[in-house]
Amino acid sequence: MASEPIQQVAGTGVYVPGDDIDTDRIIPARFMKCITFDGLGDYLFYDVRKTEDGEDKKHNLNDPRFAGASIIVSGNNFGCGSSREHAPQSIMRAGFKAVIAGSFAEIFYGNSTNLGIVCVTATSTDRQVLAKAIETNPELEITIDVNDHKIWFGDQYITCDMRPGARDSLLRGTYDPLDELLQGVDAVSETAGKLPYMSA
Amino acid sequence: MGQSLFEKVWDAHAVRELGNGQTQLLIGTHLIHEVTSPQAFGMLRDRGLPVRYPERTFATVDHIVPTNETIEPYSDSLAQGMIEELRKNCAENNIKFFDTNTGKQGIVHIVGPEQGITQPGTTIACGDSHTSTHGAFGAIAFGIGTSQVRDVLATQTIALNKMRVRRINVDGELGPGVYAKDVILHIIRLLGTQGGTGFAYEYGGSTFDNFSMEERMTVCNMSIEGGARVGYVNPDETTFEYLKGRPYSPQGEAWEAAVERWKFFASDADCRYDDIVNIDAADIEPTVTWGITPGQGVGINESIPSAEDGATQSDRESIEEALEHMKFEGGSPVKGKKIDVAFLGSCTNARLSDLKEVAQYIKGRKVAAGVQAIVVPGSQVVSQIATELGLDTIYKEAGFEWRAAGCSMCLAMNPDKLVGDQLCASSSNRNFKGRQGSPTGRTMLMSPLMVAAAAITGEISDAREVFGMGQPVPA
Repeated sequence: MASEPIQQVAGTGVYVPGDDIDTDRIIPARFMKCITFDGLGDYLFYDVRKTEDGEDKKHNLNDPRFAGASIIVSGNNFGCGSSREHAPQSIMRAGFKAVIAGSFAEIFYGNSTNLGIVCVTATSTDRQVLAKAIETNPELEITIDVNDHKIWFGDQYITCDMRPGARDSLLRGTYDPLDELLQGVDAVSETAGKLPYMSA
Repeated sequence: MGQSLFEKVWDAHAVRELGNGQTQLLIGTHLIHEVTSPQAFGMLRDRGLPVRYPERTFATVDHIVPTNETIEPYSDSLAQGMIEELRKNCAENNIKFFDTNTGKQGIVHIVGPEQGITQPGTTIACGDSHTSTHGAFGAIAFGIGTSQVRDVLATQTIALNKMRVRRINVDGELGPGVYAKDVILHIIRLLGTQGGTGFAYEYGGSTFDNFSMEERMTVCNMSIEGGARVGYVNPDETTFEYLKGRPYSPQGEAWEAAVERWKFFASDADCRYDDIVNIDAADIEPTVTWGITPGQGVGINESIPSAEDGATQSDRESIEEALEHMKFEGGSPVKGKKIDVAFLGSCTNARLSDLKEVAQYIKGRKVAAGVQAIVVPGSQVVSQIATELGLDTIYKEAGFEWRAAGCSMCLAMNPDKLVGDQLCASSSNRNFKGRQGSPTGRTMLMSPLMVAAAAITGEISDAREVFGMGQPVPA
């Protein structure tokens, strides 16, 4: 089940302002009462988007101008909190392919990368420039070049960064590591054999 | 030069380097629960893969179990479906399941240590970010996503980047009424919610040397709230004493050999750390969060910050957003905020020592009118022993509801939820918007005794004053 290499991601963007956008914000726990990830896209940022009566709040994520966006632009420490893969699953199932943030929480970053969601960091100034450009022209095509560490929009670009392991696995199409891990099972037995608690 | 515990455990479990430079790391002990595992079993079935080391995975049910009904089927059919799915997956794959009828069920991070499954020098993973709790035993323990739960089930390994190690020394004696919870809230306030990203936190110093295992677990538990996926304490006599005689601890001759091995894993005196932080225990006050991240905390005698107190524009925006959600005035004292709910529970603070400590102070007191106070023991074992000690009676006489074991109102995946914008004094670990089940609900994190003080006075209070623990030192 090899995954497709991802050299670049292109699409329109939506700005989700704020630092410390936590996983409860991305997908509230009450929507995790399920045994599959199907349908989680409907609940992405649910309480950010909806009032308690289920009415739409005024938010970029509800704005028809940004409907169809596939790239999220946000603040620092995106995805902090829980290890729930429900968070990146809901992002992916809502049609998003990439997140551009100031920084990412570690578990979220790994979970997203395993799914092939491109997570890149950019400076606050650059993200503000990008957010303004999106606001001015919601149709603006944004292209994240994974190989080149650049985010192109219109005739300008900003630089971005990502963890070396993540970049490499996206480019090689090995971001879902299971096949590679399975290839190492003999070595796993050997390592386990040296650990008394594994054989007790 | 010597090695840190992190390096020794990592080296012992590193299988090989993967093509992208990550390490294929052996996960010696795998813990699972009902929320993040069913999809992983589904993925295995789709690929026709067996569970490779079923004897190294242990399951319990905690997030969705109701604490006010114990008879199945539960009124929530989704919760019932999840517990049944876990039963099925464990039975089909020969995985040990601490089910609700075993007397051993509870929050996964309380069950593991209690059963002696959590041991020094091991790697432990679970689809739950508070897996860092197990680091209290000198294990490298961390939360993983569901695809990684699949990877562990199928291969007993995951792909992982090696972390750097930050040593955090806390030295000296904590003042009266200052607890392990205050230590970690203080650390997060100091280093920030993302300060630990990419790091494993090694906690040490005389304060930690003197801590019980349960206190060490409270601190390690919240490492992730400071951004550190891993937090640990080097194993010592306190660790070995705790583990001796537990059901899954090595027995007889194997015990002596295990202790010798465990001692080896402790960080060498001359090891190198990537960073070192020193904290004086005397500087730590009973700490309370006022905002929507665990880093937004202040000492009980301090005021809530105003937007203009933020150092950067983004700090100012964060403070403003937090004040708006919490409905607090910037500059107002944190003390005196009226609460609606008091929650004593969670994998941070629902162990026997927490319940015992609070019980001795609330004996003969009453929960304030209009406040709902609930106690949710971390496990059936905790509940059982607490009941034998008569603690349940003390709590009930004080007006607390004594509930069955589970995660409960920490994340409100069961019927225990805040309603509307209720304000909750909580011994749990996250104060995110909506965390306790109501999108407009408000959470203030604090130690169990501070929760009890708030329950009794009906407002955020200094437990030292409420319970006559000596004069608080003004901030």
